[in-house]
Amino acid sequence: MDWKVFLEQAPSGGMTYLGWLWSGLFWTVCVSACAWVIASVVGGIVGVARTTPLGWARAAGTAYVELFRNIPLLVQMFLWYFVMPEVLPQALGDWLKQDMPHLLTLPFAAQFSLWEFTAAVLCLGLYTASRVAEQVRSGIQSLPKGQTNAGLALGLTLPQVYRHVTLPMAMRIVIPPMTSEFLTIFKNSSTALTIGVLELTAQSRQISEYTFKTFEAFTAATLIYIVITMTVILLMRTLERRVAVPGYIAQAGGH
Amino acid sequence: MGGEFDWSVVWKYRAVLWDGMVTSLQLFAIALAGGIFFGTLLAMARLSRWKALSVPAAGFVNLIRAIPFIMAIFWFYFLTPMIVGKFTGQQGEAVGPFTSAIVAFIMVESAYYSEIIRAGIQSIPRGQPWAAYALGMNYWQSMGHVVLPQAFRNMLPVMLTQAVILFQDTSLVYVVALKDFLGAASKAGQLTGRIVELYLFVAVVFFVICFAASWAVKRLQARLAVPSR
Amino acid sequence: MTASPDPRPMIEMRQVSKWYGAFHVLKECTTKVEKGEVVVVCGPSGSGKSTLIKAVNGLEPFQKGEILVNGVSVGDPRTNLPKLRSHIGMVFQNFELFPHMSITDNLTLGQVKVLGRTRDQAVEKGLALLDRVGLLSQKDKYPGQLSGGQQQRVAIARALSMDPIAMLFDEPTSALDPEMINEVLDVMVQLAREGMTMMVVTHEMGFARKVAHRVVFMDQGSIVEDCTKDEFFGTQRSERAQLFLSKILQH
Repeated sequence: MDWKVFLEQAPSGGMTYLGWLWSGLFWTVCVSACAWVIASVVGGIVGVARTTPLGWARAAGTAYVELFRNIPLLVQMFLWYFVMPEVLPQALGDWLKQDMPHLLTLPFAAQFSLWEFTAAVLCLGLYTASRVAEQVRSGIQSLPKGQTNAGLALGLTLPQVYRHVTLPMAMRIVIPPMTSEFLTIFKNSSTALTIGVLELTAQSRQISEYTFKTFEAFTAATLIYIVITMTVILLMRTLERRVAVPGYIAQAGGH
Repeated sequence: MGGEFDWSVVWKYRAVLWDGMVTSLQLFAIALAGGIFFGTLLAMARLSRWKALSVPAAGFVNLIRAIPFIMAIFWFYFLTPMIVGKFTGQQGEAVGPFTSAIVAFIMVESAYYSEIIRAGIQSIPRGQPWAAYALGMNYWQSMGHVVLPQAFRNMLPVMLTQAVILFQDTSLVYVVALKDFLGAASKAGQLTGRIVELYLFVAVVFFVICFAASWAVKRLQARLAVPSR
Repeated sequence: MTASPDPRPMIEMRQVSKWYGAFHVLKECTTKVEKGEVVVVCGPSGSGKSTLIKAVNGLEPFQKGEILVNGVSVGDPRTNLPKLRSHIGMVFQNFELFPHMSITDNLTLGQVKVLGRTRDQAVEKGLALLDRVGLLSQKDKYPGQLSGGQQQRVAIARALSMDPIAMLFDEPTSALDPEMINEVLDVMVQLAREGMTMMVVTHEMGFARKVAHRVVFMDQGSIVEDCTKDEFFGTQRSERAQLFLSKILQH
């Protein structure tokens, strides 16, 4: 096995193959992080909406979740990238495909533009939001009903109860499944390669195609994914400990 | 674009699309069967007292679950012809993309199913296998007649949900240019320029199948929850 | 029927010790059960009595000492444990009937898969035993449809269907509501009177007084008392046993 291949000069980008790998990691992290922002915000809102007494909010939330859960992520990616610009008004669709790419020059991204990045982030973000919504919903519903009643009995309005009683506890319960969703976003970001985003998996395939050192290329990418996974788990465990409520059984050990 | 939809492409290419769907369903069925079978063995290995079994099993499962599905597909697409070639003496030609895809899917699904089945086995009270041993059964008899039947019954809804996810994941074979349902639509789209209609059609078909399946699983879950006394 | 003077004890335990990690669960336990004898093992919670009885048929491994059942060493790695276990019956605190099988199937599973009987033979035997415990009408029901007392009686029938040479009972009535305890104890008393070798972990001192030959009292992993029934209920030798009995004998 030839690990030195990573130090060889790559045919494009003015960097070594190792540089290609880093650029892939860079884009994996960028896409995942931006998508996570969308996923947490939208997912949080939809999840909360499904637990409110408002019928229309619950229905809308359910429709959202069912829509995004029953279509494969890859198909959704194609819908955002190929179909969305065509169903928008002509001028907007054209802008997305032709002008947006020139808004920003992306680093290490000779083969794709801001448009591909945006499509990938929107797709991944809104898809993951549906999964986050489910976790938030079950977190909230796992709290004893008495809590809400106690808050209302004090004279708090329902939004106040959510803000001061329900959500603070729900947030803590929800950290372990959210960790899982955050990790899943990193893995699902690889789907963006189908619309041209050169993230880590794509780069590992590119390197293997140019150097024929497939085993080395794939192993390097695999190791990086493992390191990402372990780092995220470590960060989340630290977060869990720092916000833990003393004496609450669910926090104990996580087992 | 021109602002008009032409849905007749879907009808015109129905044979191609149907062939793609058949490929998707074949992939799904084989991966499901293989995933559950090997997943059960992996789960039993992980719960075994012998470190020589439990450690590699845990290592395999954790490794597969740490990397993207697409990465795993690439890995097995690369490894399968190589390993088969070492055994049969021929290089590469003997194993096509469909076989490599099947291997990749079975490997990945077995890792995910092993976690589900492991949880199922661990949810059975310890007294049950003890009662089986007390009657003189050995490990395999206890597993086969007492523990696994109950474990599968308990985990059935989760396993079915995972099956729906597996069906969606079959679309990922797109990355190795296999002509599944999505791949067929993609090809038809390139030929006719009508990718919008075709991709929307694919999305609708998946939605209908998966939504119906999830609804059926929920009904099943409600029925299983009826107490016997 | 008195215990027959067979030279070899049915169950023999010598200096048996067991640790869970650093916790010393069984401390040099030595006792025996002669053929046809009924031995009651009692003691406070955590005394190790459940662990002791599960060690007899190898469900709980032990690190030191020796256990012989009908002359066969339980701890010897060469021993065929499934075969040994098929000759000893065990009844559990939580009944442990197999919930996904009918009562009849519960009774025939061991006979067919372990003893190699035909289905017809197994069903005939199983139903005869079911009748003996008074539950023949339940043969097609499922465990979840039976009360605790009924399930435990079926469990006893299941153990008896294997034609055991000895029966082990691990707190057979502890999980039962009070009104069902007697129906199970009646079956056990009948079994004892027929001469079955029995080792019973229980708090039911009434049962002990009726049919036990010997009583073994355990505390914190050690056997503190091991004497005949009359000696045990007469003048107790140890303070701990006295304390235990005084708490239990309200019933």
